[in-house]
Amino acid sequence: MNTPTWAVELDHVTKEFRGSTAVRDVSLKIADGEFFSLLGPSGCGKTTLLRMIAGFENPSSGDIYIEGELMGETPANRRDVNTVFQSYALFPHMSVAENVAFGLHMKKINKADVATRVKQALDMVQLHAFGDRRPKQLSGGQQQRVALARALINEPEVLLLDEPLAALDLKLRKEMQLELKSIQQRLGITFIFVTHDQEEALTMSDRIAVMELGKVLQVGQPTEIYERPKTRFVADFIGECNFIDGTVLAVENGAVTLETDGGVRVVGTGMFPVAAGDHAVLAVRPEKVRLVEGQQPQGTNVFAAIVERVAYIGSDTRIIVRLPDGSPFDVWEANTVSTLDPNQYYTAGDPVYVTWATQNSLILER
Amino acid sequence: MYNARTEQRRAWLQASPALIWLGFFFLAPLVLILIYSFQGRADDGTVLWNWSLANYQKLFADGSFWRTLWLSTWIALVVTAITLVVSYPLAFFMATRSPKRRGLLVLAVMIPFWTNFLVRIYAWKVLLGNNGVVNRFLDQFDLGPLQMINNPSAVIMALIYGELPYMILPLYAALERFDWVQLEAARDLGAGRFQTFWRVLFPQTLPGITAGSILVFVPTVGTFAVSDILGGTSVNMVGNSLSLQFGSASNWAYGSAISMIFMLLLLGAILLYFKATREVNDGENPG
Repeated sequence: MNTPTWAVELDHVTKEFRGSTAVRDVSLKIADGEFFSLLGPSGCGKTTLLRMIAGFENPSSGDIYIEGELMGETPANRRDVNTVFQSYALFPHMSVAENVAFGLHMKKINKADVATRVKQALDMVQLHAFGDRRPKQLSGGQQQRVALARALINEPEVLLLDEPLAALDLKLRKEMQLELKSIQQRLGITFIFVTHDQEEALTMSDRIAVMELGKVLQVGQPTEIYERPKTRFVADFIGECNFIDGTVLAVENGAVTLETDGGVRVVGTGMFPVAAGDHAVLAVRPEKVRLVEGQQPQGTNVFAAIVERVAYIGSDTRIIVRLPDGSPFDVWEANTVSTLDPNQYYTAGDPVYVTWATQNSLILER
Repeated sequence: MYNARTEQRRAWLQASPALIWLGFFFLAPLVLILIYSFQGRADDGTVLWNWSLANYQKLFADGSFWRTLWLSTWIALVVTAITLVVSYPLAFFMATRSPKRRGLLVLAVMIPFWTNFLVRIYAWKVLLGNNGVVNRFLDQFDLGPLQMINNPSAVIMALIYGELPYMILPLYAALERFDWVQLEAARDLGAGRFQTFWRVLFPQTLPGITAGSILVFVPTVGTFAVSDILGGTSVNMVGNSLSLQFGSASNWAYGSAISMIFMLLLLGAILLYFKATREVNDGENPG
């Protein structure tokens, strides 16, 4: 037994499939009752990782512990975890109630208890009226809820969710995000949630692990992942980001000065140890950049630019400007004033200055 | 109202070629057989028009007919059971290959159809006969000869060989449609290997099992060629009795009565089978 006990602990887990490595040396500790997301583009190994926790695959090397117990080659049916599958995988020849009861039948729970618990589970997902239907007779969102009830009725220590909302339309997906989160908080069950949707991960998770090419790049709370990404990939994958390549000129009190190939100097907060002469990249999110018209503002991180394209999207206006070296740069301005005055908005060709505060930009490894 | 009527008329029109065909070549002969079964046999072997229940009385008293029927049923059951048990894993294997591989495997299953069935049955005789390839080989070592034909085993073996594709293909069709993630879902919910098969895979492939079983059982129970060629005089099936009555015995009326009884029993058996399989499928009631 490990102390303290984690809901799930991965210790140097690697998975190889015939010459290709799906998961590389991943170590993670997921706490009891945590909503933990595995986030990454398709093919990054997040689903393979989930399948190893479920017991559908065994690691090529490394160990998996569930509630402190070494899993080894324990088959899926003897692990105290349940899975909500991306395609739901409901049994089409059984009614909704029979689907939900399946796990309890396998545990040979007596019939009266099964009936009560099935009713509770269907109540929880607001499907009490649908117990006699076949899965095919339900909408996608309802099938999703059946899959959830079928897994949760077993009261697992850990619930694994493999992109469960991917097939739903946007509005339903947002509703289900909130509902999943509230069910998770109410039951206190550990959720491990696989998704490629960064907004979904940010909305729901206590912590997120960002994965790429089988490796975990960064683990942290949503704010850490978004505001303090450790690598260029993380900054780029989570939200939008502008990058400026350069060479380190000076490091002072955590503020790093870069000089671009074009000879312009920019200053950002250092996120990893650098010395003068190193190659590095400055990352700044578009909503943290300001556009100034007319007089050139004072201070660091000021560029003259030309407005190239303006996209009004209601809450924001998204402006693409061209820097003097020709590279595009994204700027988002919140539309805090309600107006139809066209002068309030930028138009293509406007000369502007782009500027941002040093603490709003990060210096990352190139 | 008008639209519904034209719609109906069009449906009848579309079905009419098939209906005319079936009416002429299936229903009419069936009625003829039914009528014949109540007639007698003239001395010259033609049908003697004389309505009576004599054929049926004779049939029910004829012990050899019931033995023949029992042997046919027994052989057909054994053949159906063995083809099912052999075909299910094979169809499972086929359905779990890559789509490209699957096409090749289906083709391989159908290759025997390219050769005439009778030729293939005679080939078994060439192989297993008293003077056949196997016995000549054994003779080289002063072994044998082994009596491998003219017994029910030879008939059963050849029938299994011939009927396999009719079982494999419907099973494969049922398995190919199956959503394999369900097996993982069942395991995830605590089901062992057997429970996963029995509660998830098996019920969903039941239509394929039913179709395959009927496709194998019906031609097998009525076969006369295989039992004739490989069974000799020792394996007398219903098909052989029929071929005797309509052939050399030239008693069409009696043969028709055998046909009618045989057909009714077969129909009853199939209905019972359908009912049983449906009950298995509906057996998963909520606790």
